[in-house]
Amino acid sequence: MTFRLRKANNSMNVFDIIGPVMIGPSSSHTAGAARLGQVARKILGAPAVRADITLCGSFAQTYRGHGTDKALIAGILGMNPDDERIRTSLQLADEQGLEYSFHTANLPGAHPNTARIALTDAQGHTSVIQGASVGGGNILVSEINGMRVAVTSQYNTLIVLHHDVPGVIAAITNVMACSGLNIGNFQLSRPQKGGHAVMTIEVDGDVPPALTDSLKVLPNVISVELIEAV
Amino acid sequence: MLTYDTIESLCRAAEEAGQPISQVVLADQAGQMEASPEALYARMLDSLRVMQKAVQAGMAPDLRSASGLAGGDAAKMQAYAATGGLTGTFLNHAIARALAVSEYNACMGKIVAAPTAGSCGIIPGTLLSVLDEGRCTEHQAVMALFTAGAIGMVIANRAFIAGAQGGCQAECGSAAAMAAAALVEVSGGSPRQCADACAMALKNQLGLVCDPVAGLVEVPCVKRNVGGIAVAFTAAEMALAGIRSRIPVDECIDAMREVGEALPCSLRETAQGGLAATPTGQAVKKRIFGTQED
Ligand code: SF4
Repeated sequence: MTFRLRKANNSMNVFDIIGPVMIGPSSSHTAGAARLGQVARKILGAPAVRADITLCGSFAQTYRGHGTDKALIAGILGMNPDDERIRTSLQLADEQGLEYSFHTANLPGAHPNTARIALTDAQGHTSVIQGASVGGGNILVSEINGMRVAVTSQYNTLIVLHHDVPGVIAAITNVMACSGLNIGNFQLSRPQKGGHAVMTIEVDGDVPPALTDSLKVLPNVISVELIEAV
Repeated sequence: MLTYDTIESLCRAAEEAGQPISQVVLADQAGQMEASPEALYARMLDSLRVMQKAVQAGMAPDLRSASGLAGGDAAKMQAYAATGGLTGTFLNHAIARALAVSEYNACMGKIVAAPTAGSCGIIPGTLLSVLDEGRCTEHQAVMALFTAGAIGMVIANRAFIAGAQGGCQAECGSAAAMAAAALVEVSGGSPRQCADACAMALKNQLGLVCDPVAGLVEVPCVKRNVGGIAVAFTAAEMALAGIRSRIPVDECIDAMREVGEALPCSLRETAQGGLAATPTGQAVKKRIFGTQED
């Protein structure tokens, strides 16, 4: 079985065929799920002590048989999609003090492989993301903390949580321009004026760690996380 | 620059250069990926290492998948292979390797999709057998992966390599064709013979449906990987004997596409037909998932 998305003819290379190196049994159930878990962990910004995961569609039906539960937990623990410990992640969660629960639900209109991940850290901070595993280990994150986004894993993407006040966007894009990074796509989402907002910024090329560090210290920026392209 | 839309053109490029297919592919890919040939070779060697580890790990007798459907058969085959069986130790050990990698995939092990996870046991089952038995060098085996990859690229471009699109002929069939070409190359065959082996392997997998029980990559996938190596070995043997495919390889790929497109949805990974729809297949699904999956 495969859920792999094929790249356009001209960008296919020999490692798309002899590869990827992956954790079985299927990239959308393991690699994609681990990536969703990783995004959730990044948005929380600290190790999680509790994870409440809601699965819908075919994820809900088949998550045990495909090991999706293990891959999600592995991602939340910070493992990469090709980490061989994914298989034993549920035990590792117990050892590392991560409590978790799985639920199934019908989320109307959601992609068949959708997961909603609510995390809590030791200080009681929470975060919620919703996303889908859309094939080939690729993901589409559609919601972060109640804000609608569209984060794919096709491009390196910066997720900037910030206070919705004037000047933040200009400051962010300014710093990026100075570092010579080209923005391929920019999206702003805010549930209401003056509250929290989230920028999703797809960039061409690699994002140096120094850049995310300098974005983090800008006024009114709450957090900056990089979601790397698959 | 190679375009990977016909195997004929790959063959011609190799013949003109007086080199094996793998060598022209490596040079071309290095150009296209803007990387050094050495770097690409090193990356392919890493993939070979992952395959070798998967063979080893997949032989563990106590290996079981979450569903309980897969695991442990490679160990049985390995023990039996020592006796020589009906066809000798070489083939029986090869069967064990294919089972091992495929079962390891089902058990959430680390594998190299080749071209997919479902068909990941075929290239290791064939190529690593030749390597482990000392019939080719590691360098030849790594290079042959470039040949296999190039064949797979043409199949992906002309047809498909996903069970959901073209049935299992697209996954295990493509893998067998890729493996057949790789086997011929490491055995010293010409690019033309690689192409013929590829054609003959494809012809023998035409029409193979994708019907995974409960939608899991376990039944019949694991054993189809064994079928895939048998087809790859026999096609390679015929090609090395000088037997030609009467239908040129690119036309075989086109036939596979046409057959795949004609397959009903129920036989393209939806787990609604074939073995998945048998009473036992249905009962297994109920046991694992409790409910009917839609
Ligand atoms: S039966 Fe389907 S899922 Fe299984 S290996 Fe073949 S194509 Fe893949």
